[in-house]
Amino acid sequence: MGQALLEINELAVSFSTQGGEVQAVRGVTFAVEKGETVAIVGESGCGKSVTAQSIMRLIPEPPGRIKNGTIHMNGKDLASLSEKQMRGVRGKQIGMIFQDPMTSLNPTLKVGDQLTEGILVHQKISKNEAKQEAINLLNLVGIANPEERLNQYPHQFSGGMRQRLMIAMALMCKPELLIADEPTTALDVTIQAQIIDLFKEIQRKTGVAIIIITHDLGVVAQIADRINVMYAGEIVETGTVKEIFYDPQHPYTRGLLDSVPRLDGDRTQKLIPIVGSPPDLFSPPEGCAFAARCDYAMDVCLSHDPEHTKLTDHHYTKCWLQDKRAQKPF
Amino acid sequence: MLKYILKRFLWMILTIWVIVTLTFFLMHAIPGDPLDMGDTGSSDAASANLAAYYNLDQPLGVQYVTYLKNVATFDFGPSMTSRSRDVNDMIESGFPASLQLGIASLVFSVISGVFLGVFAALRHNKMIDYITMIIAVIGISIPNFIQSMLFINYIAVNVDFFPIARWGTWQHVILPALALASGPMAIIARLTRSNMLEVLTQDYIRTAKAKGLTSFQIVVKHALRNALLPVVTIMGALTAAVLTGSFVIERIFSIPGIGQYFVNSISNRDYPMIMATTVIYSTILVVMMFIVDILYGLIDPRIKLHSKED
Ligand SMILES: Nc1ncnc2c1ncn2[C@@H]1O[C@H](COP(=O)(O)OP(=O)(O)OP(=O)(O)O)[C@@H](O)[C@H]1O
Ligand SMILES: [Mg+2]
Repeated sequence: MGQALLEINELAVSFSTQGGEVQAVRGVTFAVEKGETVAIVGESGCGKSVTAQSIMRLIPEPPGRIKNGTIHMNGKDLASLSEKQMRGVRGKQIGMIFQDPMTSLNPTLKVGDQLTEGILVHQKISKNEAKQEAINLLNLVGIANPEERLNQYPHQFSGGMRQRLMIAMALMCKPELLIADEPTTALDVTIQAQIIDLFKEIQRKTGVAIIIITHDLGVVAQIADRINVMYAGEIVETGTVKEIFYDPQHPYTRGLLDSVPRLDGDRTQKLIPIVGSPPDLFSPPEGCAFAARCDYAMDVCLSHDPEHTKLTDHHYTKCWLQDKRAQKPF
Repeated sequence: MLKYILKRFLWMILTIWVIVTLTFFLMHAIPGDPLDMGDTGSSDAASANLAAYYNLDQPLGVQYVTYLKNVATFDFGPSMTSRSRDVNDMIESGFPASLQLGIASLVFSVISGVFLGVFAALRHNKMIDYITMIIAVIGISIPNFIQSMLFINYIAVNVDFFPIARWGTWQHVILPALALASGPMAIIARLTRSNMLEVLTQDYIRTAKAKGLTSFQIVVKHALRNALLPVVTIMGALTAAVLTGSFVIERIFSIPGIGQYFVNSISNRDYPMIMATTVIYSTILVVMMFIVDILYGLIDPRIKLHSKED
């Protein structure tokens, strides 16, 4: 394996607020290979969006700040680029899709304008060529009559269609990486499935790598190669889809899986919510952030932060239960 | 779009008609008779002659119909105070100055208001933001007639470049236009600033940024347009403010506009002149609102769709 497309190392992001410093992301490390799909899952507020926006350097600064860490894209550290250099990355090397397609498009500009403005900034091409490219992409994302549609405004599209527009827009410059922050959350279930299929099809055709952020484990199972489970600003477990779904090792991951219905399993099986709420990110606990909610918490969990334990080539977890020292027979 | 414009146009005509009608009857409801000012003991015969000359001997209904016909052809008849002159003559002589002043004020208030508002929003919570908003508060809270007097007293008197009063060259326009524009400018600046701050937090701004656009492109192409929508909406009201303000400003700067006729005509019960000035002012206002409606439709595509549906 050569160099990964994206390598994030020890990323830490904080927001300074009136109440103090919110440590939204606290030492996140993961990599994305060319052409693969990596999912980030975790409950609300665990720092998924902040991680994604940090890659694009879209965190509002101030109050936000990348405190620590590197974000290497093709060997170049995005965290240390100037704003001007970063503009050359946004939209060109990395495309981004946001949660709410209703508000993510400018209501007063024609769709064609919004699709082509990015490529016109990044490439020296004529408006006509840009338009042609937009038509190609609308075809790719399955919007009929693209030529006509380019002259319409966002309100003339349905929610699912707008998300297709957003996807087309993110792909205009043929980026190597697509970041989708909850791309299906705002859509109804049948449309969700269509959009997920679209992502898979696009990946097959263009070979783009995808980081997909979601609450929805069903979505993850369908699309991801690898999964990062985030909790309170950290990745607590990472592994392939199989490893995470069939062999979850972190109590939080197990909790997440137990709290969604399974179609294959016992119908009478109860859903078990994870009790309690995530820790205060103003002053994260000294030990494991999940300890307060964990059924298996030990003394060491409260006083010492666990390290990442390697289980297989891809499978790591940040839990004392899996630590080599904990497993030693006495 | 055409249907929308046509509909707005019909509304405009209807509005003007209502205003003309209301003015006509309200004016005749004011106690007192324009011909009986209690001055010279003019004979009954002379009074009757005059009444006939001004159509005042007819029943009110007939007067109203005649009047509507005249208004439709922009013929306001003879004035009652300077009997030798037609109202049309007087309006024509005063209108250019009033128009220049009004347009200069509106243009100045819109351009500088938008500029200040955008600037303040982009430098939110910085020095420029505070300074701009202080200027805005001053502009709103000091009445324009006081501003005018301050301008005359401290600027026109000391700086030869600015004439103290009267009309003629473009230098004459600056100070009165400034005094007239400062209120609307301040309102526009505050509105633009708050809209801009709001729009800049919208999701589509983040989308634009994620495409790699520069801040300048984002502000001009994505933010400004949406931030200006509410500003366009209040243009009608601001025009009204400029019009009413102009009566006072024209007087203070001794500008030979139509404001003076309007004010005098009311105390003189000069019916034709009251009607003429009212019709002119309200037409300007209503036309302005018509333009605003159309602009609104041009800036916000969602409006067009709406009118198609109904
Ligand atoms: N602009 C900001 N100012 C202050 N705190 C912020 C800001 N943006 C995010 N945060 C904090 O960072 C933490 C992580 O937020 P983030 O949006 O990444 O959560 P998330 O995992 O994406 O949740 P969700 O699933 O609800 O989208 C939250 O606790 C949030 O309060
Ligand atoms: Mg989020």
